[in-house]
Amino acid sequence: MAKLDHPEITPEMNATIDDIIARHINAPGAVIPVLRMCQDVVGYLPVELIDYISKGLNIPKSDVYGVTTFYSLFSLTPKGRHKIRVCLGTACYVKGIKEVMHRIGNQYKIDDGETTEDRRFSLEAVRCVGACGLAPVLVVNQDTYGDITPEKVIGVLENYE
Amino acid sequence: MNQVRLELMLCGGTGCRASGSDPFKDALAAEITRRGLDDEVRVIETGCNGFCAVGPVMLVLPEDVFYQKLRPEHVAELVEEHIIKGRVVEKLLHKDPVSKKRIPLMHDIPFFSNQMFWAMRNKGYIDPEKIDEYIARDGYFGAARALTEMTPEEIIEEVKISGLRGRGGAGFPAGVKWDFASRAKSDTKYALCNADEGDPGAFMDRSILEADPHAVLEGMIICARAIGASQGYIYCRTEYPLALERLDLAINQAREYGLLGKDILGSGFDFDLEIYQGAGAFVCGEETALMRSIEGKRGMPRPRPPFPAHKGLFNQPTVLNNVETLANIGQIILHGGEHYASVGTETSKGTKVFAISGDVNNIGLVEVPMGISLRKMIYEIGGGIPKKRKFKAVQLGGPSGGCVPEHLLDTTVDFEEIAKVGAIMGSGGVIVMDDQTCMVDMARFFMDFIQEESCGKCTPCREGTRRILQIIDRICEGKGVPEDIKILEELSSVIKSSSLCGLGQTAPNPVLSTLQYFRDEYDAHVYEKRCPAKRCAALLEFKVDTEKCTKCGLCYKACPVDAVTWKKKEVAVIDVEKCIQCLSCFSACKFDAID
Repeated sequence: MAKLDHPEITPEMNATIDDIIARHINAPGAVIPVLRMCQDVVGYLPVELIDYISKGLNIPKSDVYGVTTFYSLFSLTPKGRHKIRVCLGTACYVKGIKEVMHRIGNQYKIDDGETTEDRRFSLEAVRCVGACGLAPVLVVNQDTYGDITPEKVIGVLENYE
Repeated sequence: MNQVRLELMLCGGTGCRASGSDPFKDALAAEITRRGLDDEVRVIETGCNGFCAVGPVMLVLPEDVFYQKLRPEHVAELVEEHIIKGRVVEKLLHKDPVSKKRIPLMHDIPFFSNQMFWAMRNKGYIDPEKIDEYIARDGYFGAARALTEMTPEEIIEEVKISGLRGRGGAGFPAGVKWDFASRAKSDTKYALCNADEGDPGAFMDRSILEADPHAVLEGMIICARAIGASQGYIYCRTEYPLALERLDLAINQAREYGLLGKDILGSGFDFDLEIYQGAGAFVCGEETALMRSIEGKRGMPRPRPPFPAHKGLFNQPTVLNNVETLANIGQIILHGGEHYASVGTETSKGTKVFAISGDVNNIGLVEVPMGISLRKMIYEIGGGIPKKRKFKAVQLGGPSGGCVPEHLLDTTVDFEEIAKVGAIMGSGGVIVMDDQTCMVDMARFFMDFIQEESCGKCTPCREGTRRILQIIDRICEGKGVPEDIKILEELSSVIKSSSLCGLGQTAPNPVLSTLQYFRDEYDAHVYEKRCPAKRCAALLEFKVDTEKCTKCGLCYKACPVDAVTWKKKEVAVIDVEKCIQCLSCFSACKFDAID
């Protein structure tokens, strides 16, 4: 199969992607796991990659694209080095996460779903991370911060360069 | 395994980990080794204990002493005092928010003593990563009985007798569902577990998976045997990494022990399981959408019938059960359906797990017998409302649920009783709201959620929820007109009666229940352009009330953009030009002095 032509996909990444596709070919329901694994490799899903997966799995491009845009896990645009996930579950909402979100947006000039120009942060509002006992909750990469307030949040984020 | 003098059951659930249980555990283990106590004391990391708000928490066995809010700097004192000298460390005990007293033993703490642990019977008592510990507490005994002593008909009969109803929300009798699937004729059938816990404010499934994953596997093995399935899937949401990790471990251990795979326990029955990770779509909690998602498609629901019991995953007969439902099955088979049915009300049997959160003192996970009142749950187990504020409403059942006001708090926990007051049992989210919550804003929050998560397949849900959101947005911005309320009611009834799946059919509930019980707040927004709870920024003046201001300066400290000017012994002033309307000053002010 022709190699992937994309500035952000290295030959090593390409090899890993080929391996993922080879392991899932003909498996029923493989699209979602393959997209997830490929996104873990590249960081997001550029259109060229979606194209490549569709050819590799022999599934119409429209189907793969349809799945990609349906699930919130998948992103067609690059993400920041640090992913800020703000929990917008009910408990966090009642406890004032809206103000926290507002504060982050104001400080780094990003809205929900956006990435800062220097690709330092991407901001995402997520639905309930299931840590309601700590509400309001902020997750940066894999680190969970409970009881977050507009006053504390910038201090926390400044630790991520 | 050597006998030890004390077992330190440290909670390693998501909540406690986020509060710092890992550094505490390392410090504790190091200190125990340093003092040469390795042969006498064992530290065991358990799944979620349920009392997340005071984490990290630890239970000392066999004494049953409960410690909370543990930090690495407490380790030296804890080891010296409790472990070596046998004296309880007073300052680390739980302080009851009602009586203000420190309580040493877990079973005396009201948060725990009013609970009844069935589905969560092992939480905090076993290491979830060791199958032996599950077996030591009668784990897999139910599965063994079902596989070696019972026919599929007998299993189904036992589950029917128990009266167990689906814990995912709809409350359909589990035994009846199994019966349908067992009668369907096909060589291939599937047993599925719904662990796509999407309701904001509900985290019981995550907790059960983290604390006792084998209980869910056991339930699935019994279900598979009853309906004749040979393959199963657990559809778990990707937002729960720890639950996924522990499930994976549990499945591998069960395979090693011959509890999954070919010829389970020598019974000739084959069944194996796979985990399927969700990709972030709320609607995939709906059964037909979940099955489409496993098939690798967009997770959109389809009309029923045909019901999944006849045509489900890959068009084969399929049973889908929720995590909590399955966690009850092993014990029902072991102790009999009648034992389970001995607790509860006429139509709702056994126990139900609830996640209590929001404006309440004891936030966490509780399992209560059906029939308990909401008041008891919020005030005795939940410890009441913090900061001396007043109760306003409790939201039950997630985005499809409703808000229950003060005068209906004596409603009992029962599928039918809760439905009568305009809410639903749902998956068991209980979100308490105090008088600073704007009910119109809450309705907007839920509509925003539903509108975003609507899959777009059917028009009433796709377009209707968007229209409702636009109207509520307008009301919150002070542009509401009197007709809006009537349109909201009309739209709601159309969406309810004509949507394709449960998501749309219940979508207007938050609007209808707030309109029913908090009409005065809608009226204040529409007619007076005023938000009584002071949450809707567009309706606020951002002016300090000189009468109420105590000149404390808290608003000055809270403001992120220096829009507040304040000097000691002077009333604060807000510069409306500089103000970004972030409401930080409103949350900071303890005297309601900003309008």
